Amino acid sequence: MSVEQTTLPLAGQPAPAARSYRSDHLVVAEMVEPGSKVLDVGCGEGDLLQLLESRGIDGRGIELSREGVNRCVARGLAVVQGDADTDLVNYPDDAFDYVILSQTLQATRQPRVVLENLLRIGRRAIVSFPNFGFWKLRLQLLVGGQMPRTENLPATWYDTPNIHFCTIKDFVQLCDEIDVKMERAVALDLYGRPLRLNAPWWFWNMFGEQGVFLLTRGNKAG
Amino acid sequence: MVNVQPLPTSLLPSEERAHEADHPTSQVAIFGSDQPLKLDCGIDLSPFQIAYQTYGELNAERSNAILVLHALTGDQHVANTHPVTGKPGWWQTMVGPGRPLDTDRYFIICSNVIGGCMGSTGPASTNPATGKLWGLDFPVITIPDMVRAQAMLIDRLGIGTLFSVVGGSMGGMQALQWTSAYPERVFSAMPVACATRHSAQNIAFHELGRQAVMADPEWHHGRYFEQGGFPHRGLGVARMAAHITYLSDAALHRKFGRRMQDRDLPTFSFDADFQVESYLRYQGSSFVERFDANSYLYLTRAMDYFDVAADHQGVLAEAFRGIKTRFCVVSFTSDWLFPTTESRAIVHALNASGARVSFAEIETDRGHDAFLLDVPEYVEISRAFLESAATARGLRGASD
Repeated sequence: MSVEQTTLPLAGQPAPAARSYRSDHLVVAEMVEPGSKVLDVGCGEGDLLQLLESRGIDGRGIELSREGVNRCVARGLAVVQGDADTDLVNYPDDAFDYVILSQTLQATRQPRVVLENLLRIGRRAIVSFPNFGFWKLRLQLLVGGQMPRTENLPATWYDTPNIHFCTIKDFVQLCDEIDVKMERAVALDLYGRPLRLNAPWWFWNMFGEQGVFLLTRGNKAG
Repeated sequence: MVNVQPLPTSLLPSEERAHEADHPTSQVAIFGSDQPLKLDCGIDLSPFQIAYQTYGELNAERSNAILVLHALTGDQHVANTHPVTGKPGWWQTMVGPGRPLDTDRYFIICSNVIGGCMGSTGPASTNPATGKLWGLDFPVITIPDMVRAQAMLIDRLGIGTLFSVVGGSMGGMQALQWTSAYPERVFSAMPVACATRHSAQNIAFHELGRQAVMADPEWHHGRYFEQGGFPHRGLGVARMAAHITYLSDAALHRKFGRRMQDRDLPTFSFDADFQVESYLRYQGSSFVERFDANSYLYLTRAMDYFDVAADHQGVLAEAFRGIKTRFCVVSFTSDWLFPTTESRAIVHALNASGARVSFAEIETDRGHDAFLLDVPEYVEISRAFLESAATARGLRGASD
């Protein structure tokens, strides 16, 4: 999964030497305007936050696991222990330029409420999640008849934290339903490389291992 | 008759107690009648003095000062041998060369709070107007009063902005008060195991302690020093009760269980049969050797009155509006005196006001006392937080 910095160079943004970032993190970071204020919900051990801070972005994080939080704080990051499902309500409206939910949506109890909160707290939201419509997963279920497992989703059905899997198509539909506008969408293949931009949705839904979306509030929401 | 073993009486003569209160083994800043301390109760305290210790050196830019804020029964002797007890400083795990509060890198200041009994003006000090000890004539002080006095000391030391304010429990309350009252003078803050207000349960425990002191016939309505006595039993009981709240069921079980003290069978008496009883008695009797009973009343009262939100129309986030200070809030899983929910409330308020805040809950069974102890994860987080703040502040490393 970890792909070297050189696979996705970012214009005018020299990254620290001798450090490799996750490819989906690089895609996310590239969507964030420099100088912004960002909240990373479910920030894990702070890899994405550190990447953002290295680019002069004012980053904050929420993380559920105590070990993750303490790792982040020990790295000098501004991270608090909290739960995306219950703690986002405590943040005021428009507190951030971007709220990022990286590989966490599928692990929340109420993805729709979480998504609505993201776009209440932030002017924009960046959401990435594993695409359950990915051909490998479809094939495993079709041929093997068992819940799919991949390198990136290795957990068994009974111990997975991921309780709300969706496909790219499902997510697009939810965004329509709750009046969320997609500013940008990127599907990444199994190696974290962006799929070609002019591909149709069905192609992404089949060959995208994960989706990364830059979202804003729709017209109705103001 | 069943054998009874009450707490031993104090061996410390009252003159010796009074000496440290007026003439501390510390540096002292004296504030004359031109610089009164304006107390929340409406009284101007003047003259008054603050006893303090410093460690390390203030840099040329005066940008590396950390104010350490002590807890209820702590004092300024944070990293040196205590002049009364002869024991090591109360926070040597955290303060010293190479420690998170690195004395090779930072200039560490710790002052005895107003109302204390180790050299800052308090009920155990001599009232210059009467030539007698203050006792209950001393005005009731608050956490904001303590912080106001500290700000005067920091002025006196010629420091504009503190690099950090760090403290646990009552010290954490002072850290929060610093950021709320003087946000522009505090670059970073580390409030540990504390709350923005004292809970009903905590006020209740404090009231229990105060009543124990005042029920001791030797208290003499706070004028025990004139009677040549000391309410050692009352204060000892107060300390014993409080000490239980600083620990946890799990820690007590781990340390003592139901083990007997130097015996195999119960004595069928009120002697200290159990190790935990013996331990508590020791805690009570050693405490009275170093602490003033009236001071205990005043400082517990100050904690009870603390409520940051109350000073901002009940909205906690207003207390920190627009604050630039970097925060690291820390709580401990087994702390039931200042549980994690209290720290979380601080974090929510800081988030709501847009402050840069880190919050870590440390897993330990050592209860509230964990903030004073060598808990590796806590020590590492403190070090990392201060280091990242130092980088942001442009402070050079100790080796540079």
